[in-house]
Amino acid sequence: MLSIKNLHASVEGTAILKGVDLEVKAGEIHAIMGPNGSGKSTLASVLAGREEYEVTEGSVTFKGVDLLELSPEDRAREGVFLAFQYPVEIPGVSSTNFLRTAVNQVREYRGQAPLDAVKFLSLMKEKMKLVEIDQKLLSRSLNEGFSGGEKKRNEIFQLAMLEPKLAILDETDSGLDIDALRVVANGVNQLRTPENATIVVTHYQRLLDYIIPDFVHVIYEGRIVKSGSKELAMELEEKGYDWIKEEIENPA
Amino acid sequence: MTTIIKNTPTDLFLDNIPQGASEGVFNQLKTTAVQKLRETGLPKAKDEEYKYTPISRRIESSISNFQHAAPVEITQEQIAKEIIPGMDAEVLVFNNGHFDAQRSRWDKDAIQVALLSEASEEALAKGFGSIAKIDKDPFTALNTASFEDGVFIDIPQGKTLKKPILLLSFNQSSVGQTVFSRVFINIEKHSEITFIEKIISLDEEVYFLNDVTEISVAENAHLYYYKLQQENRNSIEVSNFETDIHQNGTFSSGVVSLSGGMIRNNLSLNLLGSNCEGNMYGLYLLNGKTHVDNHTNVDHILPHSESNELYKGILADNSRGVFNGKIFVRQEAQKTNAFQQNNNILLSEDAILNTKPQLEIWADDVKCSHGCTAGQMDDEALFYLQARGIGKEMAKGLLLFAFAEEVLSHIKNEEFRSYCSQQVQERLGSGF
Repeated sequence: MLSIKNLHASVEGTAILKGVDLEVKAGEIHAIMGPNGSGKSTLASVLAGREEYEVTEGSVTFKGVDLLELSPEDRAREGVFLAFQYPVEIPGVSSTNFLRTAVNQVREYRGQAPLDAVKFLSLMKEKMKLVEIDQKLLSRSLNEGFSGGEKKRNEIFQLAMLEPKLAILDETDSGLDIDALRVVANGVNQLRTPENATIVVTHYQRLLDYIIPDFVHVIYEGRIVKSGSKELAMELEEKGYDWIKEEIENPA
Repeated sequence: MTTIIKNTPTDLFLDNIPQGASEGVFNQLKTTAVQKLRETGLPKAKDEEYKYTPISRRIESSISNFQHAAPVEITQEQIAKEIIPGMDAEVLVFNNGHFDAQRSRWDKDAIQVALLSEASEEALAKGFGSIAKIDKDPFTALNTASFEDGVFIDIPQGKTLKKPILLLSFNQSSVGQTVFSRVFINIEKHSEITFIEKIISLDEEVYFLNDVTEISVAENAHLYYYKLQQENRNSIEVSNFETDIHQNGTFSSGVVSLSGGMIRNNLSLNLLGSNCEGNMYGLYLLNGKTHVDNHTNVDHILPHSESNELYKGILADNSRGVFNGKIFVRQEAQKTNAFQQNNNILLSEDAILNTKPQLEIWADDVKCSHGCTAGQMDDEALFYLQARGIGKEMAKGLLLFAFAEEVLSHIKNEEFRSYCSQQVQERLGSGF
């Protein structure tokens, strides 16, 4: 589904990604872990098409399409979804109006008729249950005055509404208490199908107790330096990242 | 060799005051205004109050005929087209500043509408010519010296009028003349009324609209006054709007400027009593070379009054926006709350904004705040919307609309609010 080859990216002239390779197939969950500043979030942002990041080398194909050629909105319409680490507060734009616009723009791109108000509302109700989000939140302006947990829950709600092929969760666990974490993870798990894939970007192993990854990758200094099964995450939790740094810097 | 002495616009305006206009009931007022105008003239380039808005220069280069614009042909269809959809209103029609009683319709039992020349001396004594002060602004002096007639609107005591009063101001001059419009509104105690004023250009030719509106809001009376400026790209307007608000009285204004050549709005609130409330909201969407200048002034005289002000602007192309908000809190006006905010989004590197809050506070137990911002579109918000599949242009439209909507949400009259909302949406949908 997603094939990243030798991806290099920089921001304001500073190289951050220095040759990332990653293959993600339908139905898989990949966890990307790594110490602060290793390039985890940059990878997520580059995939979503954030403009500040300049791709200097390498390629990313998504379902056979050159993802890097597409605008952020077309990436979303093709089925890439980024759950933001810091969801943006947008005063004056109602959550409902925003979501309806988004859903219908995606449908239009896929050649589907727009959802009318009734169908949209019933879809919203169904998905609201799934992620246990309060109706009251959705009648407010998008993310405005939401707590950290509410914002993250809203991200997963949007994920549920847009039903992407590839979901990238960028540190979705940061700032969440254990209950919110469970709810968010539960939402992600319920949305899992054999046709879609998930990339979980996280610093801690905690979220991976709830969203069980098929593969765990460690990113360090802009490259994936180690890949393994979910046991690798446990090992990182136990021993921290220093032993990996050690391995890289002083190969035996 | 002959030397040609060029007359200034002030001289030309003075030379063209219609004969007879300075006689009768307005004689003394007009004499004073002429004197004042002779002394001060129209604002000079360096005049502090007009330094960002070279209105005199614009008048000099655009106005070629200093005689007053006469009424023009207006059809019933043209009037019908300007009535706000779904709005049941009393309609007063102004044709180049001349009140057209025949085309107007109003409930004569509920309100009194008369020509100023026909209003009683007693009625005029309630503030006509004294609320809008001649020495405060040269354009008030110009209007006072020049106007031929105007309209007096009286809202009697204890009336809550469900129907708003729609003032339709039609302007057109094929030879670049001046329109003088003069309105005096008196709202008696315990009454409530909404005014909606629409400034309309009938064609694309230049004219100079010099309007003065003065209003007295008596004790416990409530006034909502909304104004929509949709004028042609060559027009010039200087509007002087001044309101006296007495004890427990409230006032809310909304000035929405969508198009025009050069517009200067002077809006003054005098909170004369205690427990007064004055709210001023403004929205300007500027493109092309449109220049809109909002100068507001709120004067807190006695304790326990409140004023709120929010002006927002979106500036594109080579447009220019000016905001100046003065707040005075007099020594006696303890426990005053006064808030002011001016926020702007500049969509073009060639757009210019000048914004200046000006607070003068003599009382020591008050809450006052002010703030102004000027920035570009929020890229983070834009990316967030795009990342959900919303196209860039639509995402921009959504964000700009949300920005503008904050001002419109303060408009109490539903029909006018949704009309403005629709006008703004159309503008944003057409690439601004």
